Amino acid sequence: MFSYCTDPETLSGLSWLSCYLTTGKHMSFYWSFGTVLLLLAITAPAALLFGFGGASAARSRIAPVCWLGKGYIAVVRGVPDIAFFLFFVIALDQGFEYLRHQWMCPDWDQPIRQGNDFIVCAQAKLPLSTSPQIWHEIYGFFLAVLTFAIVFGAFAANVLYGAMRAVPQPQLETAAAYGMTPRQTFWRILVPQMWVYALPGLGNLWMVLIKATPLLFLLGVEDIVYWARELGGTKTARFTDYPHGDWRMWYFGALLIFYLLFTRVSEIFLDRTMKKLTHGQATMGGEAQRKAAA
Amino acid sequence: MNKLILTTASLALFASMAAAGSHSVTRLGTEGAYPPWNFINDSGEVDGFERELGDQLCERAGLTCEWVTNEWDSIIPNLVSGNYDVIIAGMSITDEREEVIDFSENYTQPDPSAYLAASPDVDPANAVIAAQASTIQAAFIAEKGWTLLEFATPEETIAAVRNGEADAVLADKSYLAPVAEEDSGLVMLEQEELIGGGVGLGLRESDGELKAKFDAVISEMKCDGSLNALIEKWEIGEAFPDC
Repeated sequence: MFSYCTDPETLSGLSWLSCYLTTGKHMSFYWSFGTVLLLLAITAPAALLFGFGGASAARSRIAPVCWLGKGYIAVVRGVPDIAFFLFFVIALDQGFEYLRHQWMCPDWDQPIRQGNDFIVCAQAKLPLSTSPQIWHEIYGFFLAVLTFAIVFGAFAANVLYGAMRAVPQPQLETAAAYGMTPRQTFWRILVPQMWVYALPGLGNLWMVLIKATPLLFLLGVEDIVYWARELGGTKTARFTDYPHGDWRMWYFGALLIFYLLFTRVSEIFLDRTMKKLTHGQATMGGEAQRKAAA
Repeated sequence: MNKLILTTASLALFASMAAAGSHSVTRLGTEGAYPPWNFINDSGEVDGFERELGDQLCERAGLTCEWVTNEWDSIIPNLVSGNYDVIIAGMSITDEREEVIDFSENYTQPDPSAYLAASPDVDPANAVIAAQASTIQAAFIAEKGWTLLEFATPEETIAAVRNGEADAVLADKSYLAPVAEEDSGLVMLEQEELIGGGVGLGLRESDGELKAKFDAVISEMKCDGSLNALIEKWEIGEAFPDC
């Protein structure tokens, strides 16, 4: 990176460190923080969407829809996360490829499962084996987002389901008395009011989601934990210009600080949102706000 | 569900757009944590004996190759489900693995496995031995009935000996030698184990055509001395006899 970095053996102290911390490998490490943040930024709304869908389905008066919603919540909440994460990546990938195979290669005469091999026609591969590596990474990332969204969506669904039931019944009855249809009651009365009940649970979920991001590594995405482990490991002089001992402690220490700071910022943000949402609500918090203002 | 179908469709579209006009690519999967065989260098790229070997093999076979890293644990499942086409990760040819995947001709001689220990008087039979999970070394110790401690990465097996969790680590000699050279606290035991039948490329059983291509170029490199030159350069073990 810097001009004096051509011969790291002659360097020491800060100049050595500045070269060491700017190697291509470290750059990949810094980028992976972006990967994690991007994952959170996409997964959180996606999981909320899954959650909202699940909760609405669970409340439905149509029996099969209700079973679907309740089944989704119960199954995903009951199975260990790690089993889902290991299962989904391969299962989703093969599922997509299978569907594409059926659609694109209808006259394929060989079996898809040959012994241990999973073989679909070349056009059905996802991404195509000819596409550049970046597409494979994006696809892997997409599978990770989908897996996270499905798993955390179930928890969010449970939280939202509870929050919908916590909205005072008289509110809904009043809406009905004003002549609102069930659909109008749902969107105009129930949904706007439920967030204040959902937020503590959702906030909790967000914290858990932040802490679950190292699972990315299990899904084959090279995240911060992968790079911390790789960079921190002992490096012998034969294979690197920057030999060092076992520095994993320092790298994982840095991750610790990153996660602590991130969760702290989240907490502050969630507190503020809670204050906003409480305003004017018939809850203890809302009452306290009203009295303080008076 | 709608969302799922929609995203799949859009992704499929993107993928096909990205692929339009490019030619066939062979994807090489490696672990990237086992120097001198394969490791990630300072600039973040795959490097080592197998990097050079793989690049040469692809050039000779007229293939366009791309490097992919994958965890050792899931390296075989990802091959058979088609995420890459070749495993080139210092994988020894064993009967157990032969049941699941195919191997090319071996490109190294059987490399003796060595013990790296904290003190020279460790007796492997009565000690805690660390090894990477799903390796021939781990299988060997389990079979002997000795005390085995498994880790996901090679790095962790050595760290376990350094911090006293294990008494010794069993791994390929070529991997342990550079470590022993630099760390005065660790010694190689005299006892060595001859396990494994050499290292080969791992391929899907249904991929006979690709296997034939690689077999041909590996034999070619064995005979013209270029493979021996690489083995010597990276200190991978014994050279192949002249053919």
